[in-house]
Amino acid sequence: MTIPDTTRTRPSWRSILVWTAISIAGAVAWGIIALVRGEEISAFWLVVAALGTYAIGYRFYARFIARRVLQVDDTRATPAERLDDGVDYQPTDRRVLLGHHFAAIAGAGPLVGPVLAAQMGYLPGTMWIIIGVVFAGAVQDMVVLFISMRRNGRSLGQLARDEIGPIGGVAALVGVFSIMIILLAVLALVVVNALAESPWGTFSIAMTIPIALLMGFYLRTLRPGRVIETSLIGVALLILAIVAGGWVQASSWADAFTLSPQTLVFCLVAYGFVAAVLPVWMLLAPRDYLSTFMKIGTIGLLAIGVLIVAPTLQTEAVTQFALDGTGPVFAGSLFPFVFITIACGALSGFHALIASGTTPKMIQKESQVRMIGYGAMLMESFVAIMALIAACILDPGLYYAMNAPAGVLGTTVESASTAVANLGFTISPQDLQAAADAVGEESLVARTGGAPTLAVGMSEILSSVFGGDGLKAFWYHFAIMFEALFILTTVDAGTRVGRFMLQDTLGNVWKPLGRVGWKPGIWATSAIVVAAWGYFLYAGVNDPLGGINQLFPLFGIANQLLAAIALTVATTVLVKTGRLRWAWVTAAPLAWTAVVTLTASWQKVFSDDPRIGFFAQRERYADALANGEVLAPAKDLDQMRTVVVNSTVDGVLAAFFALLVVIVILNAAWVCWRAVRAPEPLPTTEAPYVESKLLVSAGAARSAPEPAGPPAPDDRP
Amino acid sequence: MTPRRLFGLVRWYLRELTGEAAYDRYLERHRLAHPGSPVLPRREFERRRTDRGDAHPGARCC
Repeated sequence: MTIPDTTRTRPSWRSILVWTAISIAGAVAWGIIALVRGEEISAFWLVVAALGTYAIGYRFYARFIARRVLQVDDTRATPAERLDDGVDYQPTDRRVLLGHHFAAIAGAGPLVGPVLAAQMGYLPGTMWIIIGVVFAGAVQDMVVLFISMRRNGRSLGQLARDEIGPIGGVAALVGVFSIMIILLAVLALVVVNALAESPWGTFSIAMTIPIALLMGFYLRTLRPGRVIETSLIGVALLILAIVAGGWVQASSWADAFTLSPQTLVFCLVAYGFVAAVLPVWMLLAPRDYLSTFMKIGTIGLLAIGVLIVAPTLQTEAVTQFALDGTGPVFAGSLFPFVFITIACGALSGFHALIASGTTPKMIQKESQVRMIGYGAMLMESFVAIMALIAACILDPGLYYAMNAPAGVLGTTVESASTAVANLGFTISPQDLQAAADAVGEESLVARTGGAPTLAVGMSEILSSVFGGDGLKAFWYHFAIMFEALFILTTVDAGTRVGRFMLQDTLGNVWKPLGRVGWKPGIWATSAIVVAAWGYFLYAGVNDPLGGINQLFPLFGIANQLLAAIALTVATTVLVKTGRLRWAWVTAAPLAWTAVVTLTASWQKVFSDDPRIGFFAQRERYADALANGEVLAPAKDLDQMRTVVVNSTVDGVLAAFFALLVVIVILNAAWVCWRAVRAPEPLPTTEAPYVESKLLVSAGAARSAPEPAGPPAPDDRP
Repeated sequence: MTPRRLFGLVRWYLRELTGEAAYDRYLERHRLAHPGSPVLPRREFERRRTDRGDAHPGARCC
C-alpha cells in the first residue's frame, strides 16, 4: 500500500529549489500582468501566472485541505472498494477517473464566460479565474467529492436533505432543476447565435447527427464495444463534415442550410426532444464519445498553439466598462458582474452535481480526491484562461462589432462600424468585412454568445501554427463545431437528467409517471423539460435587447447560487463533524459567492438603471408602451411587448433564485448553530469505517493489476 | 520511454477511458465469482452496458 507523504519528512533541497523557482516565476508573471501598462503584453505571461499559481495551490493548499481539514484516510475503504459491484461502484485508476471527471465537468461554460467578460479587460477575468479556482472552485469540487464519497456517493440533493433538513433539501432540488433549465436555454442560445445565417456551420453541425447514428449502429451491431475504433471513424467523418461545409456554402445547397435564428430554435427544440426519448445507444452514447475526443484533442491543440504563438493581448488591462458598468456585452460594473459572468473555470456550482454523481463511487483511495476533485477543476480553469486569451488577442473594434447586441449594431458593416465608434473603438467597414471573409462567413456583425468570438480567436492562433491564413476558415468552423458539439451533448444529457428529476418528483404524485420505462410518461416529461428551456431560448432569440445580454447574467447567478448551496452543504458537514476550526475553508468561498450572487440578484431586481434592473427596464418599456411610443432598440409595439414580458419573467426568476439561496443558507446556519451548541457531537451520517485491503501502487501505469474485488452477488453489467 | 511503451500506455489509457476494457474486467470478475459458468458474449454484454444509460443518465456540465 502506498500512502504518499504520510510521514512528515524534511523537504529535500531539490524540492525547496523547485518550489522556490515556481513561486518566483509565478510572481514575476503576476507582476507583469498586473503592473505593466501602456504597452501590449504577451499571453505567455498569463499562462505562466496560471500554471505557477495552480502548482502552488495544488501542492500546498489542496494538500493542507486533504490532510488537515478532510483528514483523508487511505486505510479506510472507499465505497468503490466496499460496494464493488462492477457496475456503479468500481475502483478505477485515478488517472482514468481524472479523465472521466474532467470530461464530465468541462464543457462550453469555461469557453463562453471568459469571452464575454473580456469586455472588462483581461485583468479582472484572469485574476478571478486563477484566484477563484484555487480558493473556491477547486475547493468546492474536492470537498463535495469527499463528503459524497464518505456517504456512499449520495447526490447533492440527498446530502442537502440529510445534512440541512427537508426545507434545504427541497430548495436545493428546485434550485438544481431551474438552473438546469436556464443553463440549457443559454447554451442552446450560444449554438443558435453561432449557426444562424451560416450554411457552413449549420451543415457541419447537422452532419453530426447522421455521424452519431452511424457510430451508434456500428457499435451496436457490427463491432460491439470497439469504442476507440468507432470514435476514430467518427472524428474522421467529423473533419470531413467541416471541410464539406465549405463546399456546401459555395454550392447551390447553401440556401437550404441558411437558417434564421427562429428556425434554428425549432430545430434545436425538436432535436432536444427526440434525443431525450431515443435510446442512448443511438445518439447520446456515440455523441458523448465524439465530444470527449474532440474536447481533449482541441483543448490540447489550443494549449500548444498559445504556447508556440504567444500572441500579444490587444485588450486593455481594465476597460472603462469595468468601472462605469455601461458595457454593451452585458450591463453592470465589475463587482459583482465579472464573478457572475465567469462561473465555470473559477467556481461552478454545477460541478457539485458531478462530484456527487458517479465519480465518488469510483475512487480507489481517499487521498485521490485531491487529484480528481481539485486537479480536474484546475484543468478546467486553464481552459478558461485559454478562452480568455483567445478573446483578448482580437482587435477590440472587432470584438465589440461581434458582441454588442444586434439592436445596437444594426445589420450592416457600416452601421456596426459607426456603433463601435460610438463605444469608443474603431474598426472600418472594410476591415470588418475582411475579417468575415477570412473565416468564410457572410458577416460577423452581432454574432453574440461568445462562440463565434472564441472561434475567430482560435482560428488566429491555430492558423498561425498550422496551415497559415488559407486554413483560417477551416479552423474557425472547426472551433464552432467543437463548441456546438459539446453544447448539443449537454443539451441531450441535460434534458434527460431534467426529465428524470421531473419523473422522480411527479412519480410521488402519480405513480405511473415515476416509472422509467413507461413511454407516455417519458414523452410527457421530456416535452415539459424541452418546452421549459425552449421558452427561454425562444425569448432570448427574439429579445430586442439581445438574449445573451439578458439571459447570461441569469445563468451566472443560477450557477453561482448552486455553488452557494454546495458550499453551504460542505460547511455544514465540516461543522457537524467537529471541524469547526477548519470550516472557513468552505465558509470563506461561501461568503464570497453569497455576497456576489445576492448583490447581483439585488441589482438585477431593484436597480433603478433600466440597463441593469429587470423591473426598472420593465417599467420604462411598459410606460412607453402605454403611451404608444417605441423605444430603441425595439422597432415596433410587438417588440416593446416582448421586452416587457421578458424583463418581468427574468426579474421574477432572479428574485426567486436569490430567495432559494437565502432559505438554504439560513436553514444551514440554524443547523450549524445547533451543532455547535449541542453538548455531544451529532450522530454521523458517514458510512462506518471499514479497513481497506486494496493495494494501489503509486506510479503504476499499465502494470496496475486490476484488483479482484470481493465476489459480488450480481456481476451482470 | 520507448515509442512502443508510449503507444502501449496511450492505448491502455484510451481503452480504460472509453470503457472498451470493461468487458475484459467483466470476464475476470466472472471467472473469479462463478468459475466454470458460461459468460455473456461481448455483444450481449455491451448491449446491457449501454442500455443502462437509458435508466441512469449522467449529467454533463456546462
